[in-house]
Amino acid sequence: MADTERTFFEYLVYVSENHSPLDFMLVADHIDKFFYGALLTIEITVLALFIGGVMAIPLAIARAYRHRWLNAPIFGFTYFFRGTPLLVQTYLVYYGLAQFDFVRESFLWDPVLSSPWWCALITFSLNTAAYTTEFLRGAIENTAKGEIEAARACGMSPARVMRRIVLPSAFRRALPAYSNEVIFMLHSSVVLSTITLQDILGVGRWLNGRYYLAYEGFITAMLFYMALVFLISKGFRVWEKHWLGHLRARTAVEN
Amino acid sequence: MTNPTESVLALKVHDLHKRFGEVEVLKGVHLDAHVGDVISMLGASGSGKSTFLRCINLLETPDSGSITVQGETIEMTVDRSGSPVPTDMDQVIRLRARLGMVFQSFNLWQHMTVLENVTEALVHVLKMSKTEAHERGCETLDKVGMLDRKDYYPAHISGGQQQRAAIARALAMEPDVMLFDEPTSALDPELVGEVLKVMRTLADEGRTMIVVTHEIGFARDVSNKVIFLHEGAIETQGPPAEMFDNPASPRFRQFLANALH
Repeated sequence: MADTERTFFEYLVYVSENHSPLDFMLVADHIDKFFYGALLTIEITVLALFIGGVMAIPLAIARAYRHRWLNAPIFGFTYFFRGTPLLVQTYLVYYGLAQFDFVRESFLWDPVLSSPWWCALITFSLNTAAYTTEFLRGAIENTAKGEIEAARACGMSPARVMRRIVLPSAFRRALPAYSNEVIFMLHSSVVLSTITLQDILGVGRWLNGRYYLAYEGFITAMLFYMALVFLISKGFRVWEKHWLGHLRARTAVEN
Repeated sequence: MTNPTESVLALKVHDLHKRFGEVEVLKGVHLDAHVGDVISMLGASGSGKSTFLRCINLLETPDSGSITVQGETIEMTVDRSGSPVPTDMDQVIRLRARLGMVFQSFNLWQHMTVLENVTEALVHVLKMSKTEAHERGCETLDKVGMLDRKDYYPAHISGGQQQRAAIARALAMEPDVMLFDEPTSALDPELVGEVLKVMRTLADEGRTMIVVTHEIGFARDVSNKVIFLHEGAIETQGPPAEMFDNPASPRFRQFLANALH
């Protein structure tokens, strides 16, 4: 067999190209692209979660306390963003806004609204803000009335009760729901690849388009997403252990 | 009155009225608490005793009447819809810090340890330094016998321990008056004793306490004054010996008969 004259590396290439169901060498050749893709996925997801999360806090408070003027518009906002697909929202911002001359001529056009990166970040942030607002509102509303009363009774101002008692308690109770939101947001970020961005799936699509090899690109992309989800859930488990000790089942207390 | 000097009144409540919709819950209740008084408030459920206590620190807003803590009267006015509101919320917030409150259902902050529950208001209301608060917190927990449970979360200790922690939380603020709202009513019978014992210690130290309770024994042995409320008004009041040994009011006699059986 001619195989014996090949170096080990050449042998790997040969097996990969002719016998293996997946062309590992091709994936290996482009693995750096996947890592850059992962960086973009992580960058947009993390930034959107941060911006959306920060937005959600005041929105959730206004919703929970049925603010006279803000409650209805915020509900409209969350209803719209939770009721329509993220893909459509992203298209509306990226392709839709460009239709308007005044948008193209505004100061926002050049650095922001003409860039897919910015359009995605804006849409993703609003989308995750909508979801986070609603479950955080639920957590705020479910804060034990007695705990709030105790805080008022010991001389805390309404703002301090919110900051020291209601929010810390609500955040903790919302944490399991939030870990889902983070994972959903990561999965939803595949929308990036539809507006020309090279996120993880974008690289997979590129590989497929260039070599007409679907498995190599898409399975690699899946493995990247799985790895990220694994890290996220691991992280949340550590966080919950640290933060939710008070909700753990009562351990034996010696009396 | 035994002590005519107005200046030592820790708490003075004058002609308090409160209605919930059609129901008049308090029909002009008066109370004078001198420094060191332990006043027990008895009454059937629905007699308004808890509402009265909650009005004192404005967890409920009274419709009329006045509340004076150590000579400082809470100023009230009416809002646009005609409902009574405090003129100056900052004053209410300041006075609440001087009125320690203990609740029937403990109301400890579930996401904080016992010690954190006690130090929270010390740091964030009284503006103590963390080390100072930690020290005061540990001292106070020691006093109620809860120092060994300081790092437990409320959900992980018994009701009696939770209530003792809640007493420590109120006590650590060094309040002028401590308000107890049926502190043992939510406890299993075998846990009532440990809480009453702590309250007895506080009474012996000369703390001013207003205790809404069903514990006839506590009212008789510990307090120096008993008020019996009936349908939102004071039916009878006096020193416990007089009240219990020779109840003048037939309603109070009836109440005692029901309570003891």
